[in-house]
Amino acid sequence: MIRMLKTILILAAKEIRDGLRNRWVAATILLLGTLALALSYLGSAPIGEIRAGVLEVSVVSLTSLSMYLLPLIALMLSFDALVGEFEHGTMLLLLTYPVARWQILSGKFLGHAAILLLAILVGYGGALGVLILVGDGDTTGWQAYSAMMASSLLLGCVFLNIGYLISSLVRERAVAVGAAVGAWLLLVVLYDLGLLSALLIDEGKHISEGLFSALMLVNPADAYRLFNFTGFGEIGRLVGATDIGAGFESGLVAPILVMVLWVIVPFLLTTALFHRREL
Amino acid sequence: MPVNTDHAIELRAVDKRYGKTVVVDGIDLQVHNGECFVLIGHNGAGKTTIMKLMLGLTRPSIGQVMVLGEDPMNRSFVARRQAMGYLPESASFYPHMTGLELLGYYARLKGVSSTEIGRRLEQVGLLDAATRRLNTYSKGMRQRLGLAQAVLGAPRLLFLDEPTTGLDPLVRRDFYQIISDLRSGGTTVVISSHALNEIEVRADRIAVIKHGRLVACGSLSDLSRRVGLPVRTRLAVASGSAARVAGQLAAHTRIDRVNDHSVDLICPEDEKMAMLRHIADLGDTVLDVSMTTPRLDEIYLHFMNGERA
Repeated sequence: MIRMLKTILILAAKEIRDGLRNRWVAATILLLGTLALALSYLGSAPIGEIRAGVLEVSVVSLTSLSMYLLPLIALMLSFDALVGEFEHGTMLLLLTYPVARWQILSGKFLGHAAILLLAILVGYGGALGVLILVGDGDTTGWQAYSAMMASSLLLGCVFLNIGYLISSLVRERAVAVGAAVGAWLLLVVLYDLGLLSALLIDEGKHISEGLFSALMLVNPADAYRLFNFTGFGEIGRLVGATDIGAGFESGLVAPILVMVLWVIVPFLLTTALFHRREL
Repeated sequence: MPVNTDHAIELRAVDKRYGKTVVVDGIDLQVHNGECFVLIGHNGAGKTTIMKLMLGLTRPSIGQVMVLGEDPMNRSFVARRQAMGYLPESASFYPHMTGLELLGYYARLKGVSSTEIGRRLEQVGLLDAATRRLNTYSKGMRQRLGLAQAVLGAPRLLFLDEPTTGLDPLVRRDFYQIISDLRSGGTTVVISSHALNEIEVRADRIAVIKHGRLVACGSLSDLSRRVGLPVRTRLAVASGSAARVAGQLAAHTRIDRVNDHSVDLICPEDEKMAMLRHIADLGDTVLDVSMTTPRLDEIYLHFMNGERA
């Protein structure tokens, strides 16, 4: 059992070292930190009549940004996790070591998740520190901000595993890149557009509000947005989400559950596909 | 099915097909504990696939593979890989790691003490290049690093796929020295090779593979007997007595050439001892005897061209 965990940690440590070596970690931290600060400053000017702290405004703007950015970062980290090693020939040797295939996948996941965690902690967390300092120690909304950070990690984990699934399905690295970008477009951009156009065309005949919210909730990126927009008091009013209707009252649990499922199911699928793969 | 513990590896009626292509065709073979087992055959004969089947990297389409008493595709086999080493044909490594980092990574995965890393690097002559990135390594250096990782933890079972291709003669010698050290510790070695003349002195048994089929398997003398290639013998005789010696031996064996002070004889492998006795009977007239048994490359060519499997 301990040996099993140790093996996963060895594999994870390699991914983290790779991430540090190729500046992935540094670039991601820099990107997230800069954007977090920039958006907070931009967003802090016209708050208007709604009383909301600078942190709560940041949660809104960062959620909208992370929803697009984190899936992309996660996919870029993970798309060649398996196909890259198969194509490069390093998988052949790795599989002759006392390492089970599920351990390889778990190790990569753990390592990549640690990279994302580090980037989010330092990038978003650093911005949080700066915002509190600038706001003369006003910590209103730190819970919402922390929840945003945690759910950002979860969203990242979802797309890491979507990346692994792609990586186990295709035979070439080049195809995996395309599929990763495709998955990002489909889940993060086109899904919402499709849903909205369907709603417009339908004119409320077939798609009830309940169905609409359900369709919204099953998409991991939307689940992430729902969690951060409706989860915490003031923010809901800030984005006007609660005005749309009762259907949006998804609470905190359902979006988290959806995202956790989006982590587990692709992970298990990838493990199964990986086990069937012959060299 | 009962497990024969004398066999480190056993293949029973194994077929491997990729789509309609038959890569391995009904192979039965056993590798005994502690022996050096060599796979020879043309390019694409299926040697690498046979090795992958033994390593549990690929599943047989039909038949059964047993390694150390277990199916290597079993999930529980993973733990046994600790006692296995593999050098793939043209091994590729993570290009941005240094030699030291790579060996450290593999040693940790194998649960091998980190003190062994430096020793292995020194053994393969890579101590000076240990902190260089692998993308600066030459092919020969990568091959040596490949061997270093394969022998980590002194495995019980070592697989080497064309290990000495691209190595200079000096490195080859070191290479075989490392393997021979391991063998004296009881390691079973499976090698696939085209370097027939360097492998024939090291092989306990040789398997000849042709188009996925096992056409022959046995020791060098087994194979040469089976092929029936003759043993060539040259007798150095006292000056002027060559014709007389040839006359006396002609009844027992074939005379190839005679000149003033030597007689060349040709005889089949299984008549070799009888012929030697006749030569001994000749007494002082024969000054010296040198014999050339068939080389592996001759045997190999015979199997590849001659017998249609």
